[in-house]
Amino acid sequence: MAFEYAPAPESRAVVDIAPSYGLFIDGEFADAADGKVFKTVSPANEEVLSEVAQAGAADVERAVKAARKAFEKWSALPGAERAKYLFRIARLIQERSRELAVLESLDNGKPIKESRDSDLPLVAAHFFYYAGWADKLGHAGLGTDPKPLGVAGQVIPWNFPLLMLAWKIAPALACGNTVVLKPAETTPLSALFFADICRQAGLPRGVVNILTGDGSTGAELVAHPDVDKVAFTGSTEVGKAIARTVAGTDKKLTLELGGKAANIVFDDAPLDQAVEGIVNGIFFNQGHVCCAGSRLLVQESVQDELLDALKRRMASLRVGDPLDKNTDIGAINSAEQLARIKALADAGEAEGAERWAPACELPGEGYWFAPTLFTGVTQAHRIAREEIFGPVLSVLTFRTPEEAVAKANNTPYGLSAGIWTEKGSRSLWTAGKLRAGVVWSNTFNKFDPASPFGGYKESGFGREGGRHGLEAYLNV
Amino acid sequence: MSDRLSVFKTYKLYVGGKFPRSESGRVYEVTDAKGKWLANAPLSSRKDARDAVVAARKAFGGWSGATAYNRGQILYRIAEMLEGRREQFVSEVADAEGLSKSKAAAQVDAAIDRWVWYAGWSDKIAQVAGGANPVAGPFFNLSTPEPTGVVAVLAPQESSFLGLVSVIAPAIVTGNTVVVVASEKAPLPALSLGEVLATSDLPGGVVNVLSGRTAEIAGPLAAHQDVNAIDLAGVAGDREEATALETAAADNLKRVHRPQAVDWTADPGTDRMLAYLETKTVWHPMGV
Repeated sequence: MAFEYAPAPESRAVVDIAPSYGLFIDGEFADAADGKVFKTVSPANEEVLSEVAQAGAADVERAVKAARKAFEKWSALPGAERAKYLFRIARLIQERSRELAVLESLDNGKPIKESRDSDLPLVAAHFFYYAGWADKLGHAGLGTDPKPLGVAGQVIPWNFPLLMLAWKIAPALACGNTVVLKPAETTPLSALFFADICRQAGLPRGVVNILTGDGSTGAELVAHPDVDKVAFTGSTEVGKAIARTVAGTDKKLTLELGGKAANIVFDDAPLDQAVEGIVNGIFFNQGHVCCAGSRLLVQESVQDELLDALKRRMASLRVGDPLDKNTDIGAINSAEQLARIKALADAGEAEGAERWAPACELPGEGYWFAPTLFTGVTQAHRIAREEIFGPVLSVLTFRTPEEAVAKANNTPYGLSAGIWTEKGSRSLWTAGKLRAGVVWSNTFNKFDPASPFGGYKESGFGREGGRHGLEAYLNV
Repeated sequence: MSDRLSVFKTYKLYVGGKFPRSESGRVYEVTDAKGKWLANAPLSSRKDARDAVVAARKAFGGWSGATAYNRGQILYRIAEMLEGRREQFVSEVADAEGLSKSKAAAQVDAAIDRWVWYAGWSDKIAQVAGGANPVAGPFFNLSTPEPTGVVAVLAPQESSFLGLVSVIAPAIVTGNTVVVVASEKAPLPALSLGEVLATSDLPGGVVNVLSGRTAEIAGPLAAHQDVNAIDLAGVAGDREEATALETAAADNLKRVHRPQAVDWTADPGTDRMLAYLETKTVWHPMGV
């Protein structure tokens, strides 16, 4: 018999959440001009964690002004000095990583083992990586003396609140820009804690400004005439709206949007490793990942064997308290997102795909969705075409490598893909044919600040990470 | 003094490696800088634009899959073919732009040299724009630039040949295919370029040349769901039109090259090549 797991909760005593937070503008926390606030809840139990300010047009105006004023001095600072601020921030993040990991899991619902072992180390690594670029911009292959753009307006999603902040802020500051960042409505807290880290680091006032709010705040920010650069990570639908807003202006734009990645398993793949990769590909972060491997393309001859192993593995996934160190799958981020996942999963059944989920007891309160598998999926099904952004895997089959590639590319998206095969030439051939910005071969969902990330087609344009990530924040 | 009557040339579009007339059956009068009639050029329709996109898409797989060395050879071959027809282009450019023969010759020579310059880029751009990423883990991790797909190019209005070559060559050298809308009032050098391309080993459909009203064809190209990028050089100076096209291009998140003042005689840099490249990053575990 198997032993039961005892609860192993991480202590939340390390994090001190204030009952309310203001906006971080020009180095100070301040209420929204019109006094509006909204609540942020823990998706695991719907507990109200704090109340934050809803930034309006006047607040956007103030924040952009502060960033503009700070830009003059910040951009004139020698790169080596800017680097030192970024190194300080990286160190402070490492020092406070336990606190930030717990906070992130509370506000987002993601398992502590992921926020602790994946998000926070990557956040610190990002600041370290771009800190080192700040005094070497002339060597980046982007011209001998590339200049910053000015004020960057940045809007980030709720799936990796602090990591997406790092992806946006670290390169922007390294290049000499100042920023106004809007975190997602449902996950505002870690950005506000980051504001405190900026204060601890002694970052000059106005270099980083944080505006909490909803989509209307983001729309105000990207439309502001004094913003020189817009960076957005989120849905393709909103990305298109932003591209229209920015059209005809001089604003530089980068977009990291949705995806519907194919994870292709050939018949010679190491199946046990592939199963781990599939699970990691779709159930990491509850499937709230734009590059999630949400379409499993399996070669027909190994379908049964692979699906049996996958189902066995899925039955061992532990769903529950995000702060429990043994939890594999945490809470869905919001009631709204849960409704969207449910609707798409229902559409999958209605359209004739076969639904399967392991026996799995879900907590009574909070927002939860069991890891789910659909077989008998065709390319026409909504669950094969639309981004679900949840722990739902659609399985399709193929017979030849050509068919796998055709099916993999049969989507307006082009963010990521996976390949599982032991044959090197087949792997490289497939990688070459896939229209996707990131291809993981015999692995999945790996990220690194030195590695460019971004999409083809309607998954957006521009790259984040690596030398390529600098281009978005320089006049090149 | 000869009584011989010269043979006029019927200028035609260049689409899918063939020379069709406009599907619409329309033409418009092309005059020289002084207003003297030169020829009737095809007045392309939206259908011609759609046909050209189909041809460009069809050619994309083969052209993007060709080796960089092969693409470089073919771009150089274009320069060779142009050199042989230099006099024709000098005279067409002189007529089109109202230039003296020597100034027109300088434009044509620069255009030929530009093909040579870009030919040399084909097998170097990946080394400059891509590379190995030293990630913090046991992975082989490589970023490579790849062509974005079908690029719609609104060629610059004033520089009928050097400007034209300067917007086509950087898009195709990396493996993209192109639908180009020639300068509206001076389309003849572009239509003649089609004849050169057809004899340069360039596969049919890699470059498709349309002539006509830029405003009439640009809208459908900007809104076309199977076009991946658009160069708005041809609407420089019309901010309203450029904004409308960029807005339409957002529907499928086309890569947009915004119009800007360009000195076509200056070193073009890598800007226009990089504008139509995606970066693909491939990870593979390392170990024994």
